[in-house]
Amino acid sequence: MEFFIIIISAIFVNNILLSQFLGICPFLGVSNKLSTATGMSGAVCFVITLATIVTYLVNQYLLVPFGLEFLQTIAFILVIAALVQMVEIILKKISPSLYQALGIFLPLITTNCAVLGVAITVVTKEFTFGGTPHMLNLGESVVYALATSIGYGLAMILFAGLREHLSMNDVPKPFRGLPIALITVSIMAMAFLGFSGMV
Amino acid sequence: MEDLEMSKWSLVTKGFIKDNPTFVLVLGMCPTLATTTSAMNGLEMGLATLFVLVLSNIAISLIAPVVPDKVHIPVYIVVIATFVTVLQLLMQAFVPSVYATLGLFIPLIVVNCIVLGRAEAYANSHNALDSALDGLGIGIGFTMSLTVIGIIREILGSGSVFGWKFIPGDGILAFVMAPGAFMVLGYLMVLFNKYLRHS
Repeated sequence: MEFFIIIISAIFVNNILLSQFLGICPFLGVSNKLSTATGMSGAVCFVITLATIVTYLVNQYLLVPFGLEFLQTIAFILVIAALVQMVEIILKKISPSLYQALGIFLPLITTNCAVLGVAITVVTKEFTFGGTPHMLNLGESVVYALATSIGYGLAMILFAGLREHLSMNDVPKPFRGLPIALITVSIMAMAFLGFSGMV
Repeated sequence: MEDLEMSKWSLVTKGFIKDNPTFVLVLGMCPTLATTTSAMNGLEMGLATLFVLVLSNIAISLIAPVVPDKVHIPVYIVVIATFVTVLQLLMQAFVPSVYATLGLFIPLIVVNCIVLGRAEAYANSHNALDSALDGLGIGIGFTMSLTVIGIIREILGSGSVFGWKFIPGDGILAFVMAPGAFMVLGYLMVLFNKYLRHS
């Protein structure tokens, strides 16, 4: 039940893009085409989940025992950068087809604030799933990261679909490009506000 | 001498409108959308970014000649993360309430594309003084954009400016929440494109 609440809350209620504003740059950057949006969502999903596991362990077994929590930001960004590089090398070796699909998006992900954002949230924020406020344990963190990245993919793919249709319309000149995209996202965010009473 | 002073001055002012990081370069969207719920929050976030931007620009312009090309991105990220950590500790010590409001978005300055973008595009090929001025200009431009968005959202959302309430009642709640952020930024970009941008 608790996992169910985490999943619904992370995908719909506190959608990472539409209510937490993390990872907006790639969201606006690569959502022109449905196919690239899908590729990016896949890559983000993979990296967020993996990065959360690794940074959680680093925090729990390296930083906390030695009282080095103030190094969180530096340690996490290094772990994420190294991880993305490693994923790229491993994918290239063992699954060239997946590498082809995700390849160009991987380097971009290091500076995607969604990854660092989720990693920091998981180790610093108290959640109130299932009654009493508590820090997430490893299992809950993984579920939270996975659900958050599914929410990212959902918003991204929905938006890319809208944007493909948008590009076929005659938009007034000052609105062309980003402004109309932002106004569209605003209406999507309004729709997602409807989920706020759910959990 | 006159010319030299003029060019130094234009280094600073180009970030205000011509190279405005929010409306022209469209960088650093996440803090722009997330922290502008009120004018004060926008201003504080802008100043925090300005601090990191100026210091990291100076440091990177000084170390750039000795950093091997292959590892320059990770080195720059570590430099930026160091200054962000300095900022985090300073804010926790002197303005804990501001630190609590801006929360996650202070450590996320590390992955703010403006900071790494200026390091890559400017600081690594210019001297320390010019880089500092460039960081100052872009930082002020960013602060101004955030403050303007914050003022508009605060007026519409809660009927006040910098906490001074002049419209009684609750205001339009949606403007303090996620949809309002996207909408205000979208329409401001339209106005910017129409009246201020010379293409």
